[in-house]
Amino acid sequence: MIVKTRLERERPGRLSTSPCWPANVAVDPLGKTTLMDFISILSIFVLACFVGYFVVWGVTPALHTPLMAVTNAISSVIIVGALIAAAAAGVPGAKWLGLLAVVLASVNIFGGFAVTARMLAMYKKKERR
Amino acid sequence: MHEAVALPAWVALAYLVAGICFILALRGLSSPETAQRGNRFGIAGMILAVGTTLYQFAPGGGLSPAHAPAMPTPRGDWLDPVVLAEILGAIAIGAGIGLVTARRIQMTAMPQLVAAFHSLVGMAAVLVAAAAYLNPDAFGIATGGVIHRISRVEMGLGAAIGAITFSGSVIAFLKLNGNMSGKPILLPGRHVINLGTLAAIVGLAAYFTQDQAPWVFFTVCALSFLIGFLLIVPIGGADMPVVVSMLNSYSGWAAAAMGFTLHNTAMIVTGALVGSSGAILSYIMCRAMNRSFISVIAGGFGGDAAAAGGGAAIDRPWKRGSAEDAAFLMSQAEQVIIVPGYGMAVAQAQHALREMGDILKKEGVSVKYAIHPVAGRMPGHMNVLLAEANVPYDEVFELEDINSEFARTDVAFVIGANDVTNPAAKTDKSSPIYGMPVLDVEKAKTVLFVKRSMGGVGYAGVDNELFYRDNTMMLLADAKKMVEEIVKALG
Repeated sequence: MIVKTRLERERPGRLSTSPCWPANVAVDPLGKTTLMDFISILSIFVLACFVGYFVVWGVTPALHTPLMAVTNAISSVIIVGALIAAAAAGVPGAKWLGLLAVVLASVNIFGGFAVTARMLAMYKKKERR
Repeated sequence: MHEAVALPAWVALAYLVAGICFILALRGLSSPETAQRGNRFGIAGMILAVGTTLYQFAPGGGLSPAHAPAMPTPRGDWLDPVVLAEILGAIAIGAGIGLVTARRIQMTAMPQLVAAFHSLVGMAAVLVAAAAYLNPDAFGIATGGVIHRISRVEMGLGAAIGAITFSGSVIAFLKLNGNMSGKPILLPGRHVINLGTLAAIVGLAAYFTQDQAPWVFFTVCALSFLIGFLLIVPIGGADMPVVVSMLNSYSGWAAAAMGFTLHNTAMIVTGALVGSSGAILSYIMCRAMNRSFISVIAGGFGGDAAAAGGGAAIDRPWKRGSAEDAAFLMSQAEQVIIVPGYGMAVAQAQHALREMGDILKKEGVSVKYAIHPVAGRMPGHMNVLLAEANVPYDEVFELEDINSEFARTDVAFVIGANDVTNPAAKTDKSSPIYGMPVLDVEKAKTVLFVKRSMGGVGYAGVDNELFYRDNTMMLLADAKKMVEEIVKALG
């Protein structure tokens, strides 16, 4: 299958339809632009930490277990990285690691959300007569 | 300068929206009424994130320049039906395992399950970091095979934190699941070994920015697996709430580090949310035990019973009661407060307990539940078990909300809890648990204390002076059996 992918890549027709990407990326590894990029995503990160701080203090202690389950599920958004690795051709080792990571993250996503839903469905109010 | 290549705006925006969905998912948990809607937001965010990633590979979808630049054929390869089938197959396998586990798992086993899930996130982070290391071009983080230095830092961090999360969670799982003794296992010279290993990881990670040789990267991974193992092994069972929260936090930081590598807003926002969530939970748990985070992580607590500062002799007089006595006392009471602890979870006594509560309520007794933050093996453990047994959540109260009520209560019914009720925490400065906030059960007119036997002490290895008080009646039996007998006596 990997072989097939490589063959496809070597088809000249395909290549001609896409721009020559690598030419655009020549930049110093720690060049100014990369550093500014880093700082802009760092800003998002720091602000998100503050959001997290206030949101999590607002969570009622009774729901701390569902909180752990759901944070578990959402931290599996790391599947995005796994998908990129799994879909990329060229290095078979990286691809298989990516696929394995997709499996692990999916277990977490489906299991995490399902178990959270199951727990939350149990929390009921007193029936008032 | 990959960011300058025209970025399909909708891709970046979609990840941002996914991040916002995750914030709303946590926001929903502020009350049980909005929590289910919150969970649906979480699911929507995940579908959006995964869908966007997959759709980027479709014709006309375009690629995020964050990973596109170095790709030889940004469109063709992705559409390969075999690759797509592999990916969907991998998702299906994971979905199957996840859904079956989520459906079958017992609520009492929730701490183990959460630990197991943490280990998966950790491992996934290591795998993604390794894949990014092996194929940096696919992630757009390299120029001519040389990985950008900032990316190396992020990648090293992601792999190291992920590996610690993985091996630490595996140990936490084994301890919680009973495959491994809950007692702290103390290696000689462990502090020196741990600090040495940590220093080696930091040193190698720094060296990794200078030399991207495989041995550096994989040694960092290996040492991180080792340190995760070493860190959790000496920590005892009842400190697990802190450990599980801490690992929760780590799994978030690992996701955030990988988010930096991929320049992905959804991952960064999520990582920050999960990271701070776990950190706050660890802080709450430490505060509830009046211990510093460092002392918990250093481990060894509860290992030697000789630390018992209370110093009380075991042969002091105490009163033993029967199920009938307990039933009589409670049916005559105006208010009963039930204090559950880990013992209730072990005995699976929550359903019988709710039955007892129902009968008492029918007889006109007001029944409330008091939960100490560290009762059980993970934050909120008791609340979930009571919810499972159909106890309405508005009858369940946190320590600070109910502590003043014990003085106005006829019967405090302590089941499976010990240290969290010990008055020595308020009075005895020599006690290892001195200063820990405790439930003021001794202020109730009568304390009914369900316990297996008089011999055992709580986790802290301290004798509980509550047992010998005049207003305490010991109910010595398995928690579930005792409650069932009380139910019989009441009915």
